[in-house]
Order: sequence, then structure tokens, then C-alpha cells
Amino acid sequence: MPKRKELRGINRKSLLHAHLRKYGDNDGACSGAHGQEARRMAQDKGPDKMTIIAFSGDLDKLWPTMILSSTGAAYGMDVTVFHTFWGLFPLVRDDVKITGDNAMTKMLSTMNPPGFERAKLSKLNMGGAGKWMMRQLAGQHNVMPPEELFDMCLQMGVKIWPCQMTMDLLGIRADQLRPGLGEPAGAATALSEMSRSEIQLFI
Amino acid sequence: MADEVSKVVDAKGLACPMPVLLARKGIDEIESGQVMLVESTDAGSKSDIPSWTRDMGHELMTSETEGPIFTYTIRKA
Repeated sequence: MPKRKELRGINRKSLLHAHLRKYGDNDGACSGAHGQEARRMAQDKGPDKMTIIAFSGDLDKLWPTMILSSTGAAYGMDVTVFHTFWGLFPLVRDDVKITGDNAMTKMLSTMNPPGFERAKLSKLNMGGAGKWMMRQLAGQHNVMPPEELFDMCLQMGVKIWPCQMTMDLLGIRADQLRPGLGEPAGAATALSEMSRSEIQLFI
Repeated sequence: MADEVSKVVDAKGLACPMPVLLARKGIDEIESGQVMLVESTDAGSKSDIPSWTRDMGHELMTSETEGPIFTYTIRKA
């Protein structure tokens, strides 16, 4: 019996020691006032990185994309906007009316004219009347149009990356795109950025 | 005596997100400890400017409303 008691005592003691060895230092550091403050600060700290997948070419979706990415930059975040599919068309320079390198891709850009200025509303576009009214309203309320917010984004260091695969697919060449963009990239690059971002949006 | 204002940012007449964007540009142009004054007419700035200031670690010293104009003074961290 005494032997068992002793053994139990030793076990308990050694377990306690093992526990202290494992967690003791951390507990000590975190329970102090400094540790609590550091932990609070760490929890309070905002995100460092945001990645937006700009899939839509609709005016009413480009607007929030540009607002959030420029504001992210104002927050000091590392912001990347990866433009793919319909989201590529707004990146085309204003003096380029038709993109495409064959009949099908040329027809596509005729049906879906490129550039921010020609972006349509996702609803109530009414042959461009809705879009015109929305821009008028924005002007009356001093809301910056998306193309100007886009310029702000570039000035503030937002990285704008066109998607290489969809550029090829839709017949949009790099020389037709606005200046200041990043090199065309692929899905892995986009995912790599997203995996390191606290905020990921698909707009 | 009040702290000297080193930078005035005029965001009057501009809607969201411009007051925050201009505040960011302004704060980049002053030194730590200096004070920036931001003027805005955007009602959204009443929540946006204090949030941005707090999240950036700067100090919102004053936040005032005078008629349609909102004025903020921010000390750079």
C-alpha cells in the first residue's frame, strides 16, 4: 500500500512537472498584464491582406470592388484584385473598341463592349438608360465613378492582375489593357494570394 | 493651447470612400505625433473616420459636427 501511494505521488508530481514544462512559460507570460495586453492587441489587429476575385463586368459590381479595394489600401492592407472572365473587359483601354483575335471573340466584344465606361448594370440596364441614370445619380451624390476609383487603387498600390487563361479564351491581349496592371497570372497565383489573405471576396 | 494642425484634408462634397482615402493620403504626408484635420460632408464618415483611425492605431482627438460639416482631428501614431 505505501508503495502504491508513493508511486501515485510520484506520478502526479511528474505529471505536474511535465505540464509546467509544457505550458508553464506560456501561462506565465500570458497571465501577466503585459501578456494580456499583447494578446488583446493580437486579437484586435486588423487584417493585413485582402484578395478580391473580380469576376463580374457589371457596373454595379465593379463599383463595390473598386470601393473595397481602394479602402483596403487606405487601411494599409496588401490588396490584390484578380480580374477574370467578364471582369477582364473593364480593364481594356478606353480607345480599344473591339477586342478579339478571331470572328467569335470579336463578336463577343461587340456584344459585350469593353471598358469601364461601357459596363452595364446587372439589372434595370434598359438598353443603357439605367446605366446612364445610375451614373447621373452617382454624380449628383459625389460618388466617384469606378474608373476613377480604379485609378486611385493603382495610385495606392493595389495590385491588379488579369487572368491569363481567360484573356486567351476571350481574345483579350495584354497590349489592349490599361497601363499599370500586374503581369497576367493564373489560378494558382490567385489561390496562393487568397490563402495568405484574411479577407477573400468573389465579386 | 490646442495642438497645431500640420495637415488639412478637405473631403467636403465627396462621398464614401473618398474621405477615408484622402485621410490615408494625408496621414502619409505627416510625421508621427503630428495632427491632421479632416473635413467631410459625408454622413458615413461619422462611423468611417473613427473606425479607420482606431484600426490604424492613430488617435482621434476630436470629432465635431458644425451644420453639414464633420470635422475630425487625428494624431498620427
